Order: sequence, then C-alpha cells, then structure tokens
Amino acid sequence: MASQTNNPPLLEVKNLRVEFPTRRGTLLAVDDVSFDIAPGEVLGVVGESGAGKSLTGNAIIGLLEPPGRIAGGEIRLEGRRIDNLPYEEMRKIRGARIGAIFQDPLTSLNPLYSVGRQLVETIQTHLPLSAAEARTRALDLLKEVGIPGAESRIDHYPHQFSGGMRQRVVIALALCAGPRLIVADEPTTALDVSIQAQIIALLKRLCREHGTAVMLVTHDMGVIAETADRVAVMYAGRIAEIGPVRDVVKHAKHPYTKGLMGSIPSLGVRTERLTQIDGAMPRLTEIPTGCAFNPRCTERGQRCLVERPDLMAAGTSRAACWLHDRGGVGAPIVKEMVDA
Amino acid sequence: MLAFILRRLLQSIAVLLTVGVVAFSLFRYVGDPINAMVGQDTSMEERETLREKLGLNDPAPLQFLNFIVNAAQGKFGLSYRTSEPVGRLILERVPATLELSFCAAVFALFVGVPMGVYTGLYPRHWSSRLFQAVSLIGISLPTFLIGILLILVFAVWLRLLPSFGRGETVQIGWWTTNFLTWSGLKALILPSITLGLFQLTLLMRLVRSEMLEVMRTEYIKFARARGLTNRAINFGHALKNTLVPVITVTGLQLGALIAFAIVTETVFAWPGVGQLFIQSVQFSDIPVMAAYLLLIGLLFVLINLTVDLLYFVVDPRLRSQGGSARVAGH
Ligand SMILES: Nc1ncnc2c1ncn2[C@@H]1O[C@H](COP(=O)(O)OP(=O)(O)OP(=O)(O)O)[C@@H](O)[C@H]1O
Ligand code: SF4
Ligand SMILES: [Mg+2]
Repeated sequence: MASQTNNPPLLEVKNLRVEFPTRRGTLLAVDDVSFDIAPGEVLGVVGESGAGKSLTGNAIIGLLEPPGRIAGGEIRLEGRRIDNLPYEEMRKIRGARIGAIFQDPLTSLNPLYSVGRQLVETIQTHLPLSAAEARTRALDLLKEVGIPGAESRIDHYPHQFSGGMRQRVVIALALCAGPRLIVADEPTTALDVSIQAQIIALLKRLCREHGTAVMLVTHDMGVIAETADRVAVMYAGRIAEIGPVRDVVKHAKHPYTKGLMGSIPSLGVRTERLTQIDGAMPRLTEIPTGCAFNPRCTERGQRCLVERPDLMAAGTSRAACWLHDRGGVGAPIVKEMVDA
Repeated sequence: MLAFILRRLLQSIAVLLTVGVVAFSLFRYVGDPINAMVGQDTSMEERETLREKLGLNDPAPLQFLNFIVNAAQGKFGLSYRTSEPVGRLILERVPATLELSFCAAVFALFVGVPMGVYTGLYPRHWSSRLFQAVSLIGISLPTFLIGILLILVFAVWLRLLPSFGRGETVQIGWWTTNFLTWSGLKALILPSITLGLFQLTLLMRLVRSEMLEVMRTEYIKFARARGLTNRAINFGHALKNTLVPVITVTGLQLGALIAFAIVTETVFAWPGVGQLFIQSVQFSDIPVMAAYLLLIGLLFVLINLTVDLLYFVVDPRLRSQGGSARVAGH
C-alpha cells in the first residue's frame, strides 16, 4: 500500500472546477474537487453516470473537449502546475508523464497503422531513441502486456487483434514512455466480462512493477475493492467520500456510499445496477441547495437543505456529510407528502 | 486479394461489353450507315453489295462480335463527316483532352485537399467560413458560366491569358503536348481552372466533412493522449483516414472530368475529344460517337480498377489474411 502521507503527492488536484458555457447559463459539471494521488498509488473513482468522473480525468490530462473548460482550482504533477500550461507544453507531458487509457480498445487504435508503428511513434515522440531501439522497446512492451508471439504480432494491424488483446496494446501504448501516472477511464467497460478481470490484473501488475500511479475510473465495485488503495466516490460533480478502500467499502461514512455498498458487490457487477437508493442523481441544472444528495437521503436534517457540506474527517476517511460534523444535520424534517 | 482483382477485372469486362452494346446499337440502328456512306445516285444493287460486303446482312450477334473485335483493334470505320478513319481522328485529339483533364485534376487535388484539411481542422476560423461560402458558389455555378467569367476577366479585361485554343504544341510521336511551350502552358490555365473548379469544391467539402468526423474519433483522442504532435495527428493519423473516400471521389471525378470536358472544350474552343463529340452529334457522325462512348467507358473502367487497387494500398483491413473476401462482400 502506497497511500501513506509521508510520500509527497504525485498528483494534487485542488478545488478543481470544470464548467460548460451553454445558452442557458454556465453548467458547473465538476465543483470544487480536491484529491491527491501518491506515487504508485491506485485511486479508484466511482459514482453514477454523469457524476463528473471522466471530466475530472480529462481535465488532468489536459484534454477537456471544448466548450468544457477548467474554471478554477489547480492541478499539480510532481509539484509543477499543469492545468494552465500552453498546449505544446502539456503535449510533452501527455504520454510521457501522464498516460491515459480509454473505454473502448476497439476504437482507441488507428486502424490504418500497425500496432508496432503506433508504439514506435509514441516512444520516439517522447524518448530520444533510434528507430531500431524504439522497436526493441515496443517489442518488449508487447511481451510485457502478454501479447503471445509478439515478434510476429508487432507488424499486425489493430483489426487483427481481439478486443482484449487490443486493450493490452492500448496499455502498452499508455506505458511506453514510462509515465508516472495513468488515468484509466473505465478501461474494461467495453470488454467481454470474462476478459475484464485479466485486463485489470494486468494493469495492476504492470503499474506496481513500474511504480506507476493510477486513477482508475470504473463502475465496478469489485474492481475497486480488489485493485484500489483508496477510493473517491463522486456525486453530482463533487466528491462525496474519499478514503482507504477497505474503510469506504466496509464502513462507508456518507449515506450515498452506504447505498452504493448496500449489497456486497461481486466482481463484474456495476454500480448502476446495484444502486439501492431511490431517485436519480439531479441534473446539473437542478442541483438542490444544501447537500446535493438531500432529496435522496434518508438521514437528512434541516441543515442539509440549506448548507452545503465540504469534505470533513470521518474516521479514516473524509466525507461531505453533516452527520460527521459536530453540529450534526439539524432538526429532523417532518415527512408530509413524501410518499405520494 | 487475387480473387478480388480477378472479380473486378471480370466486372470491368462486363461493363465494357454493355457500353459496347450501346455503341453498337447506335451504329446499327440509328440511321442507315449505307445512306450515310454513299451518294444520292447510288443504285439499289450497289447499295446491296456494299451492305453485303460490310457484313450488314449478317445476324446481329455476329455483327456485334465483329464490331467488338474491330473496336478492340481501334477500328471504328470512317467518319461520316470527314471520311477519315475514326481511330486516327480520336487519337489526334486524345492528348488535348487528357492534358486538360490532368491539369484540372491536379489543380482540384492540390488546392482542394489542403483547403479541406484546413477547414476541417479549424471549422470555426473566419477563413474556413469564407472558403465554405466561396465553395458553395463554385458548386452551384454552371461550368460554362465560370469559363465565360474567367475569359471576361483574364482574357478580355486583363489580357493576361488566351481565351481559346491550345496555343503552340510540340509533337512527340503521335502525342501532341502543351507542356513544352510557354503559350501552350498559358493556354492550359483558364480551361483547367474552369474544368477543375467543381471538383475542387467537391473535394474540399468532402475532405472537410471527413476530417471533422475523423477528428471526433477515439483514436484521435487517444493519439492526443499519447502526446503525439499536432502535425503527426493531423497529417499522419487524421488525413490518412480520410483517404479512402477521397480516392473514391477523385477516381470517379477523374472520369467525370474527362467526360465533362465537353463543355469546357466548347467554351474554350479546345481541340479535344469532347469538342469532336459535339461536332459528331451535330452531324450525326455515328462512328465517332460510338468510338467516343467506348473510349469514355474504357477510361472509367481503368480508373475504377486503379481506385480499387489503391484501396489495398491505403487500408490494411482489406489487405490481410483472406480479409479481401470478407470486405469485398459488402
Ligand atoms: N459537452 C458537454 N456539454 C454540456 N454538459 C456536458 C458536456 N460533457 C459532459 N457534460 C456533463 O458533465 C457531467 C459529467 O460528465 P462525465 O462525462 O464526467 O460523467 P461520468 O461521471 O464520466 O459519467 P459516465 O459514468 O457516464 O462516464 C454530465 O452530467 C454531463 O451531462
Ligand atoms: S449532508 Fe445531510 S443530506 Fe447530505 S448526505 Fe449527509 S445527511 Fe444526507
Ligand atoms: Mg465517463
């Protein structure tokens, strides 16, 4: 476990805000998100669809799609601020210091170039290697990610690989210039269930061997429980709870997390389907005042309707919930027409 | 892959035979070839012997066979209008049309594709919007009008370029070329622009929309995540993925250029096969028309074959292990 606080953080995200200007005003899609990732640490990120997980990841790799933009806060990698770098500066960091893996291995590779060419091109973009050296490195990487017969496969094209094999190639591409951090956004969602565990195990093993930290976005609580050191639970653009994985899974502090963990998750089960909480996450345009979770919360009090909780200490974790404040949730809310 | 090429070859032959049937029918059933060949005072017996000698009394399939065999050797008989062998008549004019079409295609490709890339990469930039607007004009103005406008501006007002003819040409074997004299090159400019403008705007709009689409794909996003340079992404990854449709359209348009050279050649009095065709239509010069049809058919088929082969060069999905059978099936 690499989550000890004596390591200086590899990645620091502070008060990150991501917004979308629209005709009907500005949507705040990521609202005041802060977290750290230590070197070599795996941070799991979970939350319902639309919670802002991908936007947070894209903001870190500097690839928010316009008109989305970082509206506030800062992102630091190894102490250096990276959220306001010019495109060209950030490009040199992407792939070299921060790698990324996306959902769909079938479409992440350019169909017209051999996997070897795509590897060599990435390696040579970031490392001062000759073509021959880059090819050797590419070959080693393919072997490392478990492509059988790598010597003959290196010149094959993406369509000649199965989905699982393609995702292995994608992992090799993300790792090929030796990044310190990998942002993996639902890296197995598009894959066959039988292959998902293998790919996650591979990612975990490689990152441990290379000392690479991972921000692992997933819907799969089983994957989180098995892979992550810490976990951040996102809700409506904010972090609801963050802490060591065992504590969050076994002793959830936020009512939303408790709902998520309500049934013991087994591998391959997605949070969407096991959500035991009534109602749905509010749309960005209609986030309630006070705690964003309050319409669905069974433990809310008067205070939750008016005051927004920030992350606060809750045992070994931190949770954004008044239950963990000395002031509490305030007076109970009288049920009136709730069960209509 | 070999099977694929063989199949395409067979298809090409079928297409050519169909064009042959049309050309033959023109020959045989539109007007009476004998009437066209002999004078008013020729007797019925003489006509009948001529008919027999020319094989016009043979059964139609046999005549068709003869026609095709002759056509394959470039023998189309004599022109009704000039009494010269049709093959030679056409051959004399082929270089003019091919050189004009070639220049128009080069103009369309080398201006249209970069403009498409640019407008696709920066769709919101004011210059992209300007290109788009201008291209709409290019697409909607008829060719002859563009030609006349160009003549008006560059030949009549500015007196910079000639408005008709090929200028001086140089003979190389049976081929006459514009490329080796100053006046020949100048004469090419206006007709090439006129002929290529429509194709240029078409290519630009095609590349633009393909570029826009490709830039949205996951592999471009992933290429960015890998930190590749913009240059590598735009011209290596994105442009290459737009190539298949660009090749298709360029190929088809090349055929169209040669076929539609008719209008441009008429406007600029360009002595090519298109102009010859217009003259033959006016004189009902059936042998020339039939030969022209076959020639255009042959060019289309050759271009299509080339395009098919280029697909294999560009797209590995078509090339690999038996993939040809799978993909060609769609
Ligand atoms: N281009 C956009 N314009 C407006 N709103 C957007 C845009 N892109 C994303 N959003 C909003 O931002 C919010 C967060 O999106 P994000 O993709 O980060 O969610 P997510 O947590 O990754 O969800 P999922 O699990 O479905 O991937 C969503 O509510 C979405 O509606
Ligand atoms: S702050 Fe209140 S409403 Fe929000 S989760 Fe905690 S108890 Fe529920
Ligand atoms: Mg997402």
